[in-house]
Amino acid sequence: MTARIAASIICGLIFGTGLVISDMINPARVLAFLDVAGNWDPSLAFVMGGALIPSAVAYIIRGRHSAPLLDSRFFVPANASIDWKLVTGAALFGLGWGLVGFCPGPAVAALSTGRWEAALFVAAMLVGMSAYRFSLGRRLPNYNFR
Amino acid sequence: MIEINYLWPLAGGLLIGISAGLYLLLNGRIAGISGLAAAAAGLTHDGISKLGLGFLAGIIAGAWLASHLIRQPHITITSSPALLIVAGLIVGYGTRLGSGCTSGHGVCGLARLSPRSIAATAIFMAIAAVTVFVTRHLLGVQS
Repeated sequence: MTARIAASIICGLIFGTGLVISDMINPARVLAFLDVAGNWDPSLAFVMGGALIPSAVAYIIRGRHSAPLLDSRFFVPANASIDWKLVTGAALFGLGWGLVGFCPGPAVAALSTGRWEAALFVAAMLVGMSAYRFSLGRRLPNYNFR
Repeated sequence: MIEINYLWPLAGGLLIGISAGLYLLLNGRIAGISGLAAAAAGLTHDGISKLGLGFLAGIIAGAWLASHLIRQPHITITSSPALLIVAGLIVGYGTRLGSGCTSGHGVCGLARLSPRSIAATAIFMAIAAVTVFVTRHLLGVQS
């Protein structure tokens, strides 16, 4: 377990560094990408493109192994059905993201700057997650992990 | 005006992808921040997750270090407190209902060609762009 926690911290360190270097920590930059009818800033497309390369390589490597290095199995959902929860949830997330330019990763990273706006957003986000957990999310999820 | 430079976003993106890839190969899990945040706060069915807490602490520490050692961010937030709360609530609820956000569906899901993640990413990108169009160009709110 200690090794897995250490791996989580290291991956988090790299992730947070990436969010700062790419400037995705800045909601104005994200909104400028989403503003296709305005002064469009393509940065986020380069971030996504850059991120997909090593991520895809890792998923290809994963296909050749039955378990990850530090755990007994992979916890990757095999569910392929596009249901109303996925569609509604993604639409709601897009709405909230477009309103202020924060998604979960950058909002957490922005806590490091001490900006109260980030803390307020993250606090509200956790309340929203609780609202789901204690309403529709009460039932145990039936993920079929491959 | 925001200066546009392609090397910074590309380099930052590569790091995010390396992080997601390492997390998969080491811990066997998807590096989705909404899921990790919910797990860290004990809002899943498995109690408070130490892996989630570790990842989030790493993000905050990594962002702090990079801000001081590599690139000083200039964060611009013009949203009102009320809007930040409303957006936070919607993002929190929506990412749990939809099982992911930009990292889980966007970075990890697209990389493994998951049909659910491709659909989710297309939907949240489109809705976010429409939201910005409506608030900025139809309502004239500069957010």
